[in-house]
Amino acid sequence: MRRWIEANTWTLGLAVLLAVLLLATKLIQPGFGASGLDSLARAALPFALATVGMAIVVIAGGIDLSIAAMMAVASVTGAVLMDGASDGQSLLIVVGVLLLGLLMGAVNGALIVLSRVPDIVVTLAMLFVWQGVALLILNAPGGGAAPWLRAMVAGGLLGMDWLPRGIVFLAVVTAAIWLPIRRSRLGLRLYAIGSDPLAAFRSGVPVGQTRIIAYALCGLFAALGGLSVTMGTGIGEPIPGPYLLASVAAVVLGGVVLGGGRGGLLGPILAVFILRTVRMDLTLLSVDPNVAAIVEGTIMVAVVMFGAVVATRGRKP
Amino acid sequence: MPDAPSDAVLDATGVAKRFGAVQALKNASLQVGAGQVVALMGANGAGKSTFVKILTGVLKPDAGHVRIRGRDSTVSNPAGARKWGLVPVYQEPSLIPDLSVADNLRLGDTAMAPFRHWVSELGLPDLDPDALIRSLPLASLRIVDLARALAIEPDVLLLDELTAALPTDLVERVLRVVRAQADAGRSVIYISHRFTEIAAICDRATVLRDGLTVGDVKIEPGIEERIVEMMLGGSVAAAVTEGRTARPLAAAPPRLSVKGLKTGTRLTDVSFDLHRGEVLGVVALEGQGQDELFDTLAGNRKASAGTVEVDGSPRTFSHPADAIAAGLTLVPGDRAHALLMSRSVRENIAIPLLARFRNWGAIRMGEEAAKVAHAIETLQIDTRAQGEVRRLSGGNQQKVTIARWIAKGVQTLLLFDPTRGIDIRTKRQIYSLVRDLADQGAAVLFYTSELAEVRLACDRAVVIFNGRVVDVIDAKDADEATLMRAAYGLTGKVPA
Amino acid sequence: MTMTATPTPLARLGRVMVDRPLVPLIGLLILLVAILAILNPGVLSMFWAGNTLKIAIPLAMLAACQTLTMLTGGIDLSVGTAATIAAYLTATLAPLIGVPPAIAVALAAAVVIGLVNGFGIAICRVHPLIMTLGTALIATGCLLVYQRYVIATGVLIPEALLWLGTGRTWGLPNSLVLFIPFAALVIWAQRRSGFGRLLYAIGANEAAARLSGVRVWQVHLTLYTLSSLIAGVTGLLYLGQIKTASLSLALPLDLPSVAAAVIGGTSIFGGRGGYGGTIVGALILTVLTSMLTLMQIPEGGRRILFGLIILAVTALFIRLTERS
Repeated sequence: MRRWIEANTWTLGLAVLLAVLLLATKLIQPGFGASGLDSLARAALPFALATVGMAIVVIAGGIDLSIAAMMAVASVTGAVLMDGASDGQSLLIVVGVLLLGLLMGAVNGALIVLSRVPDIVVTLAMLFVWQGVALLILNAPGGGAAPWLRAMVAGGLLGMDWLPRGIVFLAVVTAAIWLPIRRSRLGLRLYAIGSDPLAAFRSGVPVGQTRIIAYALCGLFAALGGLSVTMGTGIGEPIPGPYLLASVAAVVLGGVVLGGGRGGLLGPILAVFILRTVRMDLTLLSVDPNVAAIVEGTIMVAVVMFGAVVATRGRKP
Repeated sequence: MPDAPSDAVLDATGVAKRFGAVQALKNASLQVGAGQVVALMGANGAGKSTFVKILTGVLKPDAGHVRIRGRDSTVSNPAGARKWGLVPVYQEPSLIPDLSVADNLRLGDTAMAPFRHWVSELGLPDLDPDALIRSLPLASLRIVDLARALAIEPDVLLLDELTAALPTDLVERVLRVVRAQADAGRSVIYISHRFTEIAAICDRATVLRDGLTVGDVKIEPGIEERIVEMMLGGSVAAAVTEGRTARPLAAAPPRLSVKGLKTGTRLTDVSFDLHRGEVLGVVALEGQGQDELFDTLAGNRKASAGTVEVDGSPRTFSHPADAIAAGLTLVPGDRAHALLMSRSVRENIAIPLLARFRNWGAIRMGEEAAKVAHAIETLQIDTRAQGEVRRLSGGNQQKVTIARWIAKGVQTLLLFDPTRGIDIRTKRQIYSLVRDLADQGAAVLFYTSELAEVRLACDRAVVIFNGRVVDVIDAKDADEATLMRAAYGLTGKVPA
Repeated sequence: MTMTATPTPLARLGRVMVDRPLVPLIGLLILLVAILAILNPGVLSMFWAGNTLKIAIPLAMLAACQTLTMLTGGIDLSVGTAATIAAYLTATLAPLIGVPPAIAVALAAAVVIGLVNGFGIAICRVHPLIMTLGTALIATGCLLVYQRYVIATGVLIPEALLWLGTGRTWGLPNSLVLFIPFAALVIWAQRRSGFGRLLYAIGANEAAARLSGVRVWQVHLTLYTLSSLIAGVTGLLYLGQIKTASLSLALPLDLPSVAAAVIGGTSIFGGRGGYGGTIVGALILTVLTSMLTLMQIPEGGRRILFGLIILAVTALFIRLTERS
């Protein structure tokens, strides 16, 4: 137990910070309750899913700059196909979009492994490619979403009104995908290639294959994130939101070291909610939303700078 | 050469490997029978590490074959080597720093029970399997790495400089366990620079020189001298040239005075003086701390203890620019660390002239051209392919790294193995250049992995073993056998 | 031991690409123009040439930022934002405080963006891509706030910028008055100034540059500040050309500016290339874009194509330079 607390000090600290922030929210606006929590969860959902995808790639020692563009592709694909589709069809469409996400991520990973071009350059180029694909599918926001999908993330859980469905959705999806992986050999391999690729190779880890899987998982979560955009707004968004920087910042703030090998998914998810809550509090304090965006951006950049300093220090012991 | 055991578990014959212009291995062979510990020995650059990479499947040989239990090995990666019963334990522990000990075992499909057995056998019974690798000291990591290998129950265990960072009590346990492996009928390839260990546990020693297997001897009392001879080659007597007598040392404070320098884990305590007009050789086996010494003097690493004095005043360098300002300029061992491969000869030579902020403006092209031309002339660099340094021969590349400091003006030159892998003509040019620089009043620190060079270029040589200076030898006494014995810690001044 | 022994055709091509990138690039440009002429006979004219130049110049100037940063192995994705902010500030402040002070404030704002980039990249060692993306995000936020609180006075686009951006003299765009000295200065500086040489040195081998006494952070800080300043100047020119002060004026130029530098033979890993190639790269992209427009390829297709070009050229460069 003590070891667990020691290993997770950072995550616990984040949880405490989030609790304090929520308490502050309650003080700023005494009326803050279930509906406030619900809108917070809905706003945070795409960010959280993007962050989970990014965290997996960063843990495996990479980075995926195309994450927001992949989300846009998933969002518009889902929205265009679901426009007017029946419930049964839309279920198939959701599965298809998730497979599409896996495929996009796998393409990114395979290009990195096969072309030997560094991840940051490949995913920058693919950022433009996926943006283009999203624009070809839908060049202005539009399309639709199945009502049952929209209902999955709106409102509170039946019987527990205070618990937003958005959070339940996030927890269920992330746990269903990540926990089996984390417990399996694959999970160890993901951490291993991020921590020390040479030692991983010498321990018999198929490094290239594991890297492709990491990017594919990132693509899968990007697809979930893209769908959650459509679920939240009811339409497809071909222009990606500021998910790239936000996810990198949340990953760093969540205790995942840029460079790989360390950290988990809970920390980054908490970090997303912290960043979103700060933004919500600023809005509640009737700060201009654009000023709030500046504050948020500054926090994110400061976090990334801090993370880079830590990573540089770590490299030379 | 004694007959190789016909029932060899591992049998490598006629292995050759070429990297570009460098023939790293010409004809290497190694036979290891069941129940044997065979030492694989060779001086720096003899081709040991290439040979190990070929045995473990990291590299493919150009010629020759490796047979394991009589079948041609198809090993293509470390995981594959393991299937063949060959398990290597490398110098750098191959454990994942951010995973626990238990997770590292799971990653490699290694059972916990035998691992625990071996860990306690090796002297760490209290090792916590949930501890992160990152949190363990280097010595424990080597034990964990070895225990993991033993738990796989390999037919052939390959141990590369395993004891280098271990405290004495652990070394004894490790040696006992390794010997017990052989006594139980398994085979061990044991790579080490330490004769005492080899004498304690090995049955035979295979000696490599210049990419050739030059000997395969039984270990018996007094064999050290023969092994040293084999590593040097039969031509020792012929290669000896007139050693120069040490010059009278100037009365002024030494140009560079190093006292009790400690950096990282390898360089523990080094002191020496270097005077103007002197070429001071540094002799050491691989990994005895010489890399850290040169890096620290060049301002590329921070010392953890000790002082560096230049012309009598203590200096600390936080950036190579500080060392350069104090006149200490480094030619690193790996040319790839010094050269702008994609840029021209001229640009490579001219960078130190532009490094300071005040030189960021317009370049005085005429002045620069003159300085560069003078440096090229001094070193006789072949400039036919000067558009990109990567297209030059190794020798010419090496000259470019030195020419940079000639153009800047030499005060104290730190040369780290400047003649490795280059042709004999260029080597001679470098020796005479070094002598000329010293005659003009420069001070030169000259690390060399080729012992014969001490007589050819140096006035004195300090010998470093285990991070300490173990001997200082005048050039006239510095024949290769003496240096080799000293480098292996065999001179008696320190326990080997 | 020199690598003159039996070069493969690919290695030989690689050497031509590396040594004389301008030759194949100009060939490609001529080929594209020829295709364009075949697709749409009669399009080629003095007016067309002047127009192509006019469109290519702001792109080529922003691509100078990418070239200089890419020489060190970096990139600057905040140039579009810096240019937009400079343009917007100039247009909105000119009626309030006069044209010269407005331009001074605009360029100062661009320099601040560059200093922040430089601080993050040089001191904190954040990857340039992430850092410049981050400052772009913050700067855009600042612009939105500025727009809400300060505007109300109207917009004035200075006459001089209009002349520079849209005017023509003997059929050629007046922007050449700015661009020709600019290009000459950059091409001179990259080879003949200490700063320019250090950019190549850091990109070719940062560790070696450090060992030669270069304090790399000083170069990075100066470089990213300079890059933003160039972007700010480009924004002014672009304002004169587009004649409206919009909040996303130069943002669509971010991607093409990277593509122009990459096509022009500047390696995204640093140490190779130069501004000469980039100028031709910008012309190629401009012609390519007008071809795509002619073929009615939508914006999405254009982005895919540009992305794939960047990836393919980079992968090709890795192969070519590994062989030689």
